[in-house]
Amino acid sequence: MDGLNIPLNHILLVSTLLFSIGMLGLMIRRNIIFILMSLEVMLNAAALAFVAAGAHWGQPDGQIIFLLILSVAAAEVAVGLGLVLQVQRRFKTLDMDDANRMRG
Amino acid sequence: MLEITLFYIAATIALVATVLAMTRANAIHALIYLIVSLLAVAVIFFLIGAPFAAALEIVIYAGAIMVLFVFVIMMLNLGEEGDARERGLLQPKIWAGPALLSLLLFAELLYMISTIEGPVSSQQVTAKEVGLALFGPYVLAVEIAAMLLLAGLVGSYHLGRRYLEREE
Repeated sequence: MDGLNIPLNHILLVSTLLFSIGMLGLMIRRNIIFILMSLEVMLNAAALAFVAAGAHWGQPDGQIIFLLILSVAAAEVAVGLGLVLQVQRRFKTLDMDDANRMRG
Repeated sequence: MLEITLFYIAATIALVATVLAMTRANAIHALIYLIVSLLAVAVIFFLIGAPFAAALEIVIYAGAIMVLFVFVIMMLNLGEEGDARERGLLQPKIWAGPALLSLLLFAELLYMISTIEGPVSSQQVTAKEVGLALFGPYVLAVEIAAMLLLAGLVGSYHLGRRYLEREE
């Protein structure tokens, strides 16, 4: 695969755009499932930037950070979805505006 | 040349699928678009010489994590009225302000990456190199990840267990 020269700039541009879209989703949605999905998109965008930087210098470090991001995402989603089940049970809705009191 | 074309196609698919995922009213539809976006990112990983990361992206992200979302959405049984409510919340007057803020952040990030130059390296970083580095200098990070996953396991078991008990 010689002649492979995707500019690093463009990969980082894609990553930046994905991160911005994820943040937009995080701000405009009130459903907790969509909020968790937006977090996934943002983590994925950061992972893309890490892997691209690792590929730029030909070092494995970027992919190792990708592995760490992967485990963070997995742990976050497991706990987050457990919370989704609790919120649905207690408030009978997934809208976070209805669940804004500490002792609902 | 072919790789570059493939990269732009995959990047376009990833961005379009993510935008569609963020704007759907139905959670399952959004999830399917999100899986498409993750698969497109996996293609990008493969093209920039990270086949191990590409495989993990498909197996863990698009496979395991998204299946968790599907399980929970199916358990909750959301229905049509939830969709209608979501659709009502997606009006321009609601998303205009956040969109402006995201655009500002994007402009800042764009300014910061605009000075970076050079292509990504053409040689692949194989799974063997990643493994050697992972259990060499980064072994502490592996331990931390293990503790984090254990904490996630205990936390989700606790939350899910109480959910199941009080159902009766």
